Amino acid sequence: MAQRVGIVAVAQTKFEEKPGLHIGELLYQASRDVMGQTGLEFKDDGTGIDCTIASGYDLMSGPGGAYMFLGYIVGAWQREDERVIEDGSMAVYYGAAQILSGHADVALVVGYSKETQIDKNLIECLSMDQIYQRRIGLDFVSAAALQAMRYTTKYGITPEQLAKVVVKARKNAQNNPYAYCCDNLTVKDVLRSTMLCDPIRVQEAKPTPVDGACALILATEDKAKKLTKKPVWITGMSSCYDHHELGYRDLANCNALVTAASKAYKMGGITNPLKEFDVAEISEHYSYQEPLWSEGLGLCGKGEGGKLIDSGKTEMGGELPVNPSGGVLSGIPHCLAGMHSVVECALQLRGEAGKRQVKGAKKALAHGVDGPAGQLHCVITLEN
Amino acid sequence: MTGERIAIVGVGQTVHKSKRPDVNTAEMCAEAVEAALADAQLTIKDIDCVILGSFEPADGYSGPDKFIIPELGCVGKAGFEMQNVGTTGAVACATAFNMAASGLFENVLCVAWQKMDEAAGAFGRGGGGANEYWLGQFPMSAITNFARRTYDYMTRSGCTEEHLAMVRVKQDQCAQRNKYAQLKLRLTIEKVMNDFLLAWPIRRLHMCPTTAGSAAIIVCPEKRAKKVTKKPVWVEDWFTCHQGGALTMAEDPQASTLGYACKKIYKRRGITNPKKEIQAWEVYEPASTAELRWMEEVGVAEDYKAWKLFEQGKVGIEKEIPFNPSGGVTATNPIGCTPVVRVVEASLQVRGDAEEHQVPGTINRALATGYGGQGENVVFLLKKTL
Repeated sequence: MAQRVGIVAVAQTKFEEKPGLHIGELLYQASRDVMGQTGLEFKDDGTGIDCTIASGYDLMSGPGGAYMFLGYIVGAWQREDERVIEDGSMAVYYGAAQILSGHADVALVVGYSKETQIDKNLIECLSMDQIYQRRIGLDFVSAAALQAMRYTTKYGITPEQLAKVVVKARKNAQNNPYAYCCDNLTVKDVLRSTMLCDPIRVQEAKPTPVDGACALILATEDKAKKLTKKPVWITGMSSCYDHHELGYRDLANCNALVTAASKAYKMGGITNPLKEFDVAEISEHYSYQEPLWSEGLGLCGKGEGGKLIDSGKTEMGGELPVNPSGGVLSGIPHCLAGMHSVVECALQLRGEAGKRQVKGAKKALAHGVDGPAGQLHCVITLEN
Repeated sequence: MTGERIAIVGVGQTVHKSKRPDVNTAEMCAEAVEAALADAQLTIKDIDCVILGSFEPADGYSGPDKFIIPELGCVGKAGFEMQNVGTTGAVACATAFNMAASGLFENVLCVAWQKMDEAAGAFGRGGGGANEYWLGQFPMSAITNFARRTYDYMTRSGCTEEHLAMVRVKQDQCAQRNKYAQLKLRLTIEKVMNDFLLAWPIRRLHMCPTTAGSAAIIVCPEKRAKKVTKKPVWVEDWFTCHQGGALTMAEDPQASTLGYACKKIYKRRGITNPKKEIQAWEVYEPASTAELRWMEEVGVAEDYKAWKLFEQGKVGIEKEIPFNPSGGVTATNPIGCTPVVRVVEASLQVRGDAEEHQVPGTINRALATGYGGQGENVVFLLKKTL
C-alpha cells in the first residue's frame, strides 16, 4: 500500500437479544461512541468525518436501507453514505480503499445486525442459486455441515478437537464484558449437545439470535497521528471469492482464503504468520472453521488444524492466541463478525482489551467470511 | 483527490426488457460483462477486482453476488457487493472508482443488475426504506412522492398537464433511437394525457417501468487506461449526497439533494456556466415530471421555468439542451442498475459512440446522476480529456 490507513477509534455494543431496541438506536450507540472518543463530528470543511460506510443486509435485519438512519441519527447528512452488503470486514476493507483513493480523509465505518427480527435460515436460503440449491432448502448451516463432514473425514479431525474450539471460545469470552455466551462448557457438554445438522451440534454453532453493532473511525496516516496517540495501522488487506456450487470445490480446502491471506500478507510484509502475529481474531461461525480457516491463513499446514488446537498454541498465553474475545462462537451477529474481529484486534494493539489483553501485542490478524461454506473471505493485517 | 487519476475503458449493457424468461440473473449479468470486456478489448482474466450492485429486495435474493461471481468467471478475484437502495448502481460505480484510484488494483469491473420479472418489484417503488415507526405507516411510495412534488411544482411554476406530457413525449422520442431502451411507445401528447391515472397528476406513463437488465463498466488507473484504450473516458469527479429516510410530510417538496450536490461539485471543478461547460446530460428521473425540476437544479434552466423550454421545443438530442438522449429512466429502469446505465450512456456520449442517439458536436464533458429513496443523489462528471 502506498500509504498506511489508521484506525483511530473503535466501539462495540453489548451483544445480546435486544428486541426492544430500534436499529437506529444500535447504530447510534456504536457510532456516537467513536465520535465521542475522537471529538469528530460531520462537517463540510474537511475538519470532521467525511463519509460513512455501513455493512449489513436488508433482509438480515428487516427494514430496507436501515443504514440510512445514520443520516439523521448522528448527523451523517448530505454526504457519502454507502453500504457494503457483505460481512463487516469488507466494509473496513472498502473504507480503507476509499481513504487510499484520496476521496475521503476520515471515514466512519459502522456495522449492524438485528437477528431477532428475522428468520436467519430462510434468508440464508435466499442466497443460494434458485435452480439447484435453493429448492433443496440449502442454507449456511447445511452447507457448513457438508464442509465439516468432508474436512473432518479427509484429515481425521476428531469431534473432541472441534469441541475444544468451543470450550476455548466460551472460556475466553468470560474475559469479555461485551460477549453474549460465556458459560463454563466442557468438551463433554459440547459432544452431548443436540445434533443441529450432522456433524454440527448446537453448541458448535454460532449462538443466535444476537443483536448488536460495531463502529470504527478510519483516517489517513497524517490525520490519524493527529487524532490519537495510539493509532492502529492497516498494513495489508484483501478479499477473495470462491465457487458458489459446493460441488465445484473440494470443501476440505479453502482456496479463497489462501489467496486472500497471501495477498494481504504480501502487502503487510508477513512471511511467517504464526510467529509474526501476536493475536488473531478469526470468524468461526461453526467449530470446524477455526482449524480449517487456520490452515487457510497459513497458521499451520494442510490437515494440521486439529493438531494446532491440541497443541494449545492458540489458547490465551500460547504462541498465537486466537479469538481472545471469544469470537463468533460466543455470539456475534451475522455480517458483523469480521468487523468485530477488526475492532477486537485494534483494542489488543492499543493495549485496551482489559482482561482479555494479550501482553505486548504488536501485530494482529483479522478475518471475516461470508457466503455458504466460506465462499467469500477477507483478511486484514494490523500493526500498532 | 490525492489518489490516482482514473478512466472508464469499457462499457456494456444488455438490451433492457420487461421480462427475460430466457436467462437467469447470472446469465443476464454475463451479457453486460461480456459486452464491456469486448468494448475494452480485455478478457475476464485481466480483471483483478469486481464490484457488484443490485437492490436485493427487488430481486428476491440475499447476497446474490455469491452465485453470480462464478458465472462471470470471477472465482479467485477480490471484490464485494454494494447496495444502497435506489442509488445502488451509483454507489457501485463510486466504489469501483475508489478501488481503481486506491492503487490496489489495475482493472476494476463494476457490474449492476436488476431482474424485476422474478420478484416483487413494487417493494423497490414502495416505502421499504422508510423508518418503520414514523413513515413506514404512510403510503409514501415513489408514485405518491412524485405526485406531491409535481403538484407543488405545477402550483409554483404555472405549468399544465400538457407540459408534463410534452416531457414524456420527448423522452419517448429519444428512447426510440436507443437500441437498448425498453419502452418505445410512439407517444403523443393526447396518449399521455389520457393514460391511466395513478395519483394526480402522475399517470402510468409518467412513472419508470419495471425492467430486467444489467450494465457494466471497466475502470483503470491512468497509466493502465492509456495502454488499454485510445478512447478513455476520464472520471473528473463525483459527489454523493445522501439524506435518505428523512422525508417528512412537512418538508418542502422541492427540497432536493441534487441541487446541493451540483453546487458542490461545480464549485470544486470551477464550473460557472454548466449549460455551456457540460454538453450531455444523463440525469436519473424516476418520473418524467421530475425532469423539469432536475433541469433547474443541475443548472440548464432557470428556477420554475424548465417547462417553457419544452413549450419552445428546445429540448432534444439535436436541440439546444440535449437532456437524457438515451430516453432516460422512464424508458428503462432496472432499479439497482439504472445509475450504471446513466454512466454507460454518458461515457458513450463522451466517446461519440452513442450511434443513433449521439448528441451532435464534440462532447467534452458529460454529467450523469443516480437517484434513490427520497433524497439521495450521486453526481458524476466524465471528461474526454484531462
